[in-house]
Amino acid sequence: MNKLFNWLFGSKSSSTTKTLDTANTAPLTEQQLQAIVGNQNPRFDLQQLVSAAGQSVGKQRELNEDSLLAITSTMAGNSGNLPFGLYIVADGMGGHQFGEVASNAAIRTVAGYILRKFHSYLFQIKTDTMDESFQEIMLGAVNEAQKAIQREAPGSGTTLTAALVLGQQITVAHVGDSRAYFAYPDGRIETITRDHSLVKRLEELGHISPEEAENYPHRNVLYRALGQGEILEPDIFTIAFPQPGYLMLCSDGLWGVVSEQDLIRAINESPTLQRACQNLVTAANIAGGPDNISVILVQLIG
Amino acid sequence: MEVVLETRLFPDLSDDQGGESNPPPRQLQAGVTLAGRYAIQEVVGLGGMGSVYRARDMHFPNVTKLVAVKEMINTAPDPLVRATIVQNFEREANLLATLSHSAIPRIYDYFSLESRSYLVLEFIHGKDMEAIINDVNGFLPEEQVLTWAIELCDVLDYLHKHKPDPIIFRDMKPSNVMINSNGDVILVDFGIAKSFQSGIKGTMIGTEGYSPPEQYRGEATPMADIYSMGATIHHALTRRDPRLEPPFSFSERPLRRINPSVSPELEVIVNRALEYDPASRFKSASEMRDALVATARKTGALVRMGPQTAPVKPNGVKPLWVFKTEDEIRGTPTIFQGSLFIGSYDNNMYAVNAADGKFQWKYPTDGGVVSRPVVLDGNVYFGSEDKRLHVVSARSGKVVWTYFTNGPIRSSPRIAEGHIFIGSDDNFLHAVNLNTGRMAWRFEAGEPIRSTPFVMNELVYAGSESGDYYAIDFRGTLKWRFHAKRAITSSTTGTPQALYFSSVDSTLYALDPRNGWVIWRFRLGKASISSPCIADDFVFVGASDGFIYAVETKSSKEIWRFRTEHQVNGSPVIYKDSLYCGSVDGNLYCLEYRTGRLRWKFGTTGAITGTPLVYDDVVYVGSTDHQVYALLA
Repeated sequence: MNKLFNWLFGSKSSSTTKTLDTANTAPLTEQQLQAIVGNQNPRFDLQQLVSAAGQSVGKQRELNEDSLLAITSTMAGNSGNLPFGLYIVADGMGGHQFGEVASNAAIRTVAGYILRKFHSYLFQIKTDTMDESFQEIMLGAVNEAQKAIQREAPGSGTTLTAALVLGQQITVAHVGDSRAYFAYPDGRIETITRDHSLVKRLEELGHISPEEAENYPHRNVLYRALGQGEILEPDIFTIAFPQPGYLMLCSDGLWGVVSEQDLIRAINESPTLQRACQNLVTAANIAGGPDNISVILVQLIG
Repeated sequence: MEVVLETRLFPDLSDDQGGESNPPPRQLQAGVTLAGRYAIQEVVGLGGMGSVYRARDMHFPNVTKLVAVKEMINTAPDPLVRATIVQNFEREANLLATLSHSAIPRIYDYFSLESRSYLVLEFIHGKDMEAIINDVNGFLPEEQVLTWAIELCDVLDYLHKHKPDPIIFRDMKPSNVMINSNGDVILVDFGIAKSFQSGIKGTMIGTEGYSPPEQYRGEATPMADIYSMGATIHHALTRRDPRLEPPFSFSERPLRRINPSVSPELEVIVNRALEYDPASRFKSASEMRDALVATARKTGALVRMGPQTAPVKPNGVKPLWVFKTEDEIRGTPTIFQGSLFIGSYDNNMYAVNAADGKFQWKYPTDGGVVSRPVVLDGNVYFGSEDKRLHVVSARSGKVVWTYFTNGPIRSSPRIAEGHIFIGSDDNFLHAVNLNTGRMAWRFEAGEPIRSTPFVMNELVYAGSESGDYYAIDFRGTLKWRFHAKRAITSSTTGTPQALYFSSVDSTLYALDPRNGWVIWRFRLGKASISSPCIADDFVFVGASDGFIYAVETKSSKEIWRFRTEHQVNGSPVIYKDSLYCGSVDGNLYCLEYRTGRLRWKFGTTGAITGTPLVYDDVVYVGSTDHQVYALLA
């Protein structure tokens, strides 16, 4: 046996084994064993989305004007395996009346529109392909929500960051200053949306530096919002789901008070997505919780 | 204090700045041929360590190819120092050889002869920016300077993002910026001289007036180039030479006080670039570029910066060679081991020498050949309207085997996993065994398949004349199907993220390769049979409305469009930073692919419907005027 050991690992191993023999070790607890087993990254044959969400009114506001929506579905069988998910964060504008009505109308209208469009293709036997593209459906949904808000709560406004996941594709529609991020296990985090805020615009135009932007007095002023203005031009784009990695949607109640390093740490150090969302909301509240907090985390496994 | 070698490639030396006007020793005389290849014509510039010559490259005897030859005279007496100087020179030259950007002169060659080292570069027809600033009456228009500044930030961004190490230009100033005959900027003087100077203690590398404070302490970061960029724009808009002013005194000469026509937005950008503290400047050249673009949009300068504004010399391009066949060439060539293969409607497949266009062999079929040949293991594979897939020896042009379909073949073969995939007008997609030449399977499409099959992730993708688009596995089983409103003659190009093709229904499609869902649709002006190509985050395609389009792959937003004089039925290709595409108007167009700006065009006397092939800096293209042309890329 020792011969085989030497042959396998080289002659130095004999001294190493001796040291090991005399070393004091303690048996692993059941919890530690579970953690090790859990970290083995089991391979899934079935591709599926998993998601979690967190929300808090914050420490300084009485009203929650944020709305969020998360739909995660898995379908698999002989005819294929198509993960389908829809995730939306909307942050009603505080300076306006009925911000909470606007954000709520936004998520309901957008989700309703998209689900109606996909219903027959996902849940009925239909061999024809859709005659609209993902990006066209997203644009249609945003325009519908714009009309709904102008009807239900005229004068109000909301941000909207919506991510439609179909297979490995994420199609994002975005207006305002809520954000979508990609977070990676290796500690990288990147914003995939662009804020439509005055402060960001001034920064883009070079009027103020990023340092000045940090302390800019009118940080909450948006130049583009759902429900506001005649013509709305949302940012719409399609990108691949990060694998391995996470999609995160959140309102400025989170990203405005928690640094990117703390965001990625909270995500990577939590055992589950649910815990990660909880920890993110807690971090924002510990930082003062000046605004409503909403967060959605999504992972594509398999 | 100027310590760098100047590269002035314009013939007029009279306005050369003082301090460099002492002619270096032993200049080469006109008529001398260097390295048996570069015939010196005249001195076009003087620098601290040698001269710059205009020379003709004699390896292109049939065409006048001009090059700039930059000379470095090694005067160090110590043999070790001399050797180090040559090594440094070669290291820098090797680095430069890896750069590829429209605003950086291409390096063709370098060599050392005794005490002199030579660098052979692209010759730039044009004038430097300093001369332009000096020659203009009054101030240069803001939009003009903005255009240059955006292009300069673009090239700085390219250099700063160089891997493994960022390249810091360190000497941005108007005299190091050439404006070529197209009106585009070219950054000259890549500091070969800097490595020559590296041993000298206490020497600031750069140019006083344009260099930021930290560069005086010997620091060189991307922030230093940003500062010099600001100084360059300031000089261009105020005509105040910073070398004649106290260092870091730009804030005492506010842009708009000297030149009130400058927009406040641009002044903000210049001031930020010129911040004393590097941390207060733009974080990167791309950030500065974005700010400039935003200003250009706001002030309307960008609208006037359309692709058509650059003055272009018509037909300044001369072919290296021309080869004539007996009938129209509608297809695309292929190159293999020095031979160019191209089919013609005179029913032949031709092999010609790619270097000089000399005939090698022709192989007759019984129908027109539009199919693009594929070469594998010494054999050429192509289809013909005589209904056959032909396989002939690349060396001799002798037939190896043929494969019959029941209709003319206009599709081009795709070889993968031991099979040839090709469509036919017999309405089938054929999979032919590469070794036996026998059918493995065929897939019925209902109507002719004229597009070239695309293979990725063990699936074969092909569009048909019925407008159906098929994904078929290697056993010939349909995986999914998509239906466009009209024919799909365009061939697919794809990434793991999306498949791109256009249709006669006037749409450019992006489909999910796994399931055929439509990610986006981009509306073209008219029908398209052009096959898209991809570079960076852009997809390019032509249409019968005469436009070549550039569309962002992520958002399906149009980036630019370029108008030709007739339908664009051929397909674009990207080579280095140019896009090449033919048009039915007879021209081959060469555009800067990031901006859609015309670099040059070359006129043939017939429509160009095939795709150009670019290989080793030479473009090959066939025309319905029966000829195939070879041009310098």
